[in-house]
Amino acid sequence: MLRSGPLFHVDGLVMSENFIELRNVRKEFAGVVALKDLSLTIQKGEIHCLAGENGSGKSTLIKIMSGVYQPNAGEIYIDGNKVENLSPMASIEHGVQVIYQDFSLFGNLTVAENLAMNVQLREQRQVLNWRKVREIAKEAVKRLGVDLDLDMDVEKLSTAGKQLVAIARALMSDARLIIMDEPTTALTGKEIETLFRIVKDIQSRGIAILFVSHKMREMLEISEHITVIRNGQKVADGPTGDFDEALITRHMTGSDIISKPYIWDQQKYGSMPPRIETTNLSFGTDLDNINLAIKPGEIVGVSGLLGSGRTELALSLFGMMPGYSGTISINGVQTVLDTPQKAIRAGVAYVPEDRLSEGLFLTQGIDRNMLATSYEKLAPGLLIDQDKAEEWVETMIRDMQIATPTGKKLVKELSGGNQQRVVIARWLLTNAKFLILNGPTVGVDVGSKAEIHRTIRELTQKEGLAVLMISDDVPELVHNCNRIVLMHRGAFVEEMASADTSEDQISDKLKNLT
Amino acid sequence: MKQAPDFRNLLNKDNNIVQLIAMTILIFVVMTALSPDKFLRYYNFESITYTFPELGLLSIAMMIAMLTGGIDLSVIGIANLSGIFAGVMFKKFTTDAGVADTGFGIVLMGAVVALGTGLVAGALNGLLITRLKITPILATLGTGQVFTGLAIVMTGGPAIVGFPDAWAFIGNGKILGLATPFVLFVVLACLIAFMLRRTTFGINLMLIGTNPKAALFAGLKREKMVLLSYMLTGVMASIAGIILSGRTNAAKSDYGTSYLLQAVLIAVLGGTNPAGGRGTVLGVSIAVTALMLLSSGFQILRFSNHLIDFIWGLFLLLVIALNAYKNRSR
Amino acid sequence: MAWFQKSEVVIAGILLLAMILIGLVNPAFWSLDNMFSLLRSNVIIGIMALGVLLVMISGGIDVSFPAFAVAAMYLTIKGMLYFNYDGVFLPFVAAATIGALFGCLNAFFVYKFRMIPLIVTLGTGSMVRGFLLGVVGTSIININKMPDALIDFGKSDIISMIKPDGTTYGLTAMVAVYVVLAITLHFVLRYTMIGRGVYAMGGDPEAASRVGFNIRKITFFIYCVAGALAGFAGLLHSGMIWLANPRDFVGLELDVIAAVVLGGASIFGGRGSVLGTMLGVFMLVMVKNSLIIMKIDTTWQRVVVGVIIVIATAITAWRDRRANA
Repeated sequence: MLRSGPLFHVDGLVMSENFIELRNVRKEFAGVVALKDLSLTIQKGEIHCLAGENGSGKSTLIKIMSGVYQPNAGEIYIDGNKVENLSPMASIEHGVQVIYQDFSLFGNLTVAENLAMNVQLREQRQVLNWRKVREIAKEAVKRLGVDLDLDMDVEKLSTAGKQLVAIARALMSDARLIIMDEPTTALTGKEIETLFRIVKDIQSRGIAILFVSHKMREMLEISEHITVIRNGQKVADGPTGDFDEALITRHMTGSDIISKPYIWDQQKYGSMPPRIETTNLSFGTDLDNINLAIKPGEIVGVSGLLGSGRTELALSLFGMMPGYSGTISINGVQTVLDTPQKAIRAGVAYVPEDRLSEGLFLTQGIDRNMLATSYEKLAPGLLIDQDKAEEWVETMIRDMQIATPTGKKLVKELSGGNQQRVVIARWLLTNAKFLILNGPTVGVDVGSKAEIHRTIRELTQKEGLAVLMISDDVPELVHNCNRIVLMHRGAFVEEMASADTSEDQISDKLKNLT
Repeated sequence: MKQAPDFRNLLNKDNNIVQLIAMTILIFVVMTALSPDKFLRYYNFESITYTFPELGLLSIAMMIAMLTGGIDLSVIGIANLSGIFAGVMFKKFTTDAGVADTGFGIVLMGAVVALGTGLVAGALNGLLITRLKITPILATLGTGQVFTGLAIVMTGGPAIVGFPDAWAFIGNGKILGLATPFVLFVVLACLIAFMLRRTTFGINLMLIGTNPKAALFAGLKREKMVLLSYMLTGVMASIAGIILSGRTNAAKSDYGTSYLLQAVLIAVLGGTNPAGGRGTVLGVSIAVTALMLLSSGFQILRFSNHLIDFIWGLFLLLVIALNAYKNRSR
Repeated sequence: MAWFQKSEVVIAGILLLAMILIGLVNPAFWSLDNMFSLLRSNVIIGIMALGVLLVMISGGIDVSFPAFAVAAMYLTIKGMLYFNYDGVFLPFVAAATIGALFGCLNAFFVYKFRMIPLIVTLGTGSMVRGFLLGVVGTSIININKMPDALIDFGKSDIISMIKPDGTTYGLTAMVAVYVVLAITLHFVLRYTMIGRGVYAMGGDPEAASRVGFNIRKITFFIYCVAGALAGFAGLLHSGMIWLANPRDFVGLELDVIAAVVLGGASIFGGRGSVLGTMLGVFMLVMVKNSLIIMKIDTTWQRVVVGVIIVIATAITAWRDRRANA
């Protein structure tokens, strides 16, 4: 399905409909291939979606287009002309603007200055004219048609506000292609609508948009053309009309996920007290009267937007939000969870959202990562029982099928999937009975993902664990949970049995939250 | 160009212990070659075993603070203040016969006072860092001033002299033919090394230094461990202070000020990562030995102390460059 | 932001309160003579603090500047004596240049090897001071050997007064030098791209390089200017005290860093202002000098400075945490 743009020859000039074209681009990092002979064409003024799972090579591709990385092989054409050694500055000069997930704004500076900074830098100004800064900022805000307090420090803005600043800033740089990296992750339904309106508006000025996402519905709604990549290779591309959700999923994951929803063994566990039960759990504006009970063998999914209170719910159950109101009971016994240590002792485990920054000790070995929480148990006196420690680690490496010759191997040398298994193993070693998984398979390749899901389901079924699974990935929830609750503004708005619902229904509900 | 990767491989081999030993041998050989008759004398090495433990203990103290990504700029202040408090206490108990005659008991009390000073001072640092969340650099910069200031207040400026004989033994005596400070250093170094590898506290410090956030999510008692680590740092510094005051038979507010930089340098040279998570007692011990040999060699060659400072600084920068070079190959 | 929340206003408020308190204990505090001498004590620490401020806004820290200052001062005066040169302008240019060159060394290591600035500057500071004392010399150059032009320059006053007992006192012109440098730095930070780059770098170095700031250039700018200011201050100091002591400025880094932190700069970078720093310097110098007026034994001086650092940093840490919450 390769596509090459139509060429018009006008008086010897090569005119192209294509803004940027990558031909057979290859990128390796220390021998690992991140992109394999990938070709991608973005036409002028089109909204193009780049779809792929986390770790499929999307961000590498973005960095090649923005000149941060140089490809090891392949060619880049902009406006039909071949570009050699595209540098970040050159990329900006060609009109490529990237809006990163973290927005790359300066929280310590005002909105006005953030907006004007690129223009000032591009004009290679030495001296700053604050009146000019204001003019540029006003112009930027006007172009975008939004209202922003120019004198506010950016760090005080909401996420949506920061995104607007980032978009407005990109527009001021005479962009011809704006790459948006997962722009909707942190936005509410209403904010996403506003974003889409703005994206269409930008398009109407002849600016192309590359919308990088893994959310199917959004892609289908906004884009005109879709390119799907998997494991660094292009697996499909074509007009959006040719795709539907199932097809994109199949391309993204490489297989049809035909798995039945998880079924709770009510006979076996139904009579037991809930592993965890909350009554009217509240915390400021983050949590609003949460009533939740999870029995052994249950996997309960939580769906909600970023900032819906889902992470706060997890943290409060893990003892990291002391000062909550309402009660928490574990195995039928009311407990005050005001420190993580108390929660851990009560059998609660938490696999955090961001594995790399919150879950792992990257430059330490697998053994220390696994045992981090268990050292006190291993050292009843003063000294750590080395033999026992080794035995535990070996058992876990075997049980969790972690691919490593030894427990001494540094965790940073493991794949995403293996890393996540190390974190889960850490909690299994504490004999946790209630497992909170916040985005359990973010950044994990497709194969490992299925493997991790299988492990969680097995453990829950056999050992009678109770699991709270928080995820952005609606299919993940539908396939692995027996119940799903929808969270919004700190409260549960709806509860569904997975068997009675579909991905579409949940996605629709999520979208309609305001 | 072809040579470079091989060179890097060599450097990477088995962390930097091998590299440190090689450096020590090199210094030894060069110094021997430059001044064989003076450098190789037994007396020279013996005198090193008296002088290096203070610095060695301070460097280990610095390393402990660095393990959690911190630093302790108040170690010298703590060391001096500990010696001074002990000295002040001895003065109080001075009889007409003089302190020299007083018994073992009072020396023990002095040690308790000195160690207690280190413990309290370290706890103060730890509390400022964990409770008030002051960055370690600034917190210890401030407390260092306070400790040194208190030392001035206690002494009024000049040194406190006249420590008991038994106290002097800690700094000047011999146990089984070896310098007491040296024996103390070896015992303490082994103890700390053991503690870092085999106790929950030690491994927790490594983990906290590697990733403080992950430590929190793994349920480690982060604040408690960091507090304890600064208390340990304080105690180590006060032991260095005891040895220093015992060796010189005096305690003063501005002794050993050049040790601060040297302790940082030795810790970094010994393979400690100032950002936290990595450091070994063995590495620091070899580094301190290497630099003491260098220093003593230069003294024999009649280099001024200032020039030695220059070379220490140069060394620190070279180590930084070398480490950066090594890391890039990874 | 409301005006009363600005850190400069808060610092000024505290400063005023402290002044009133000290004045109550001893009204002599408010005498013109005392005020003039206070301002005079601000000059050297203040100029050095401007350099440290620059480094701190970018998210670094510098403990090497006292060594740079003393080296620039001593080398320049040695050079003046050697060439038998007696002037003002050229020596100051020379001292600032020497300082800037040393600063380059800091920048090189910080940028190239991405090493923690504290460790780098500890190393360069020790090197430079060791070199000065070990190679150049340790002897103090006294007033009888000091170049006359420097002393005359250091002696010049803006205002001269005569006391009832006939002795004269005045406000040294060096205060004007300090103020001019401060205003210049304020303008650089506020109105030039490189100045804004320093703030951007302190806010988020990664984002700064993404939007197109030249991080290398900014790093070199920061450390070279800090070095130049230190060198300049060093020479000015010798002119003001009429001698050149190569062992001078030991431990001064603590006072200066304290003053900058007191002035509201954040050690994590991105925050700090010239006005705040000047107020911080004034506060520190005033407290130190007023201990005598308040009849507190001078041996307490370091304790007081230490306590001030701890309190000031605790407050800024609290503020930063609230801002991020």
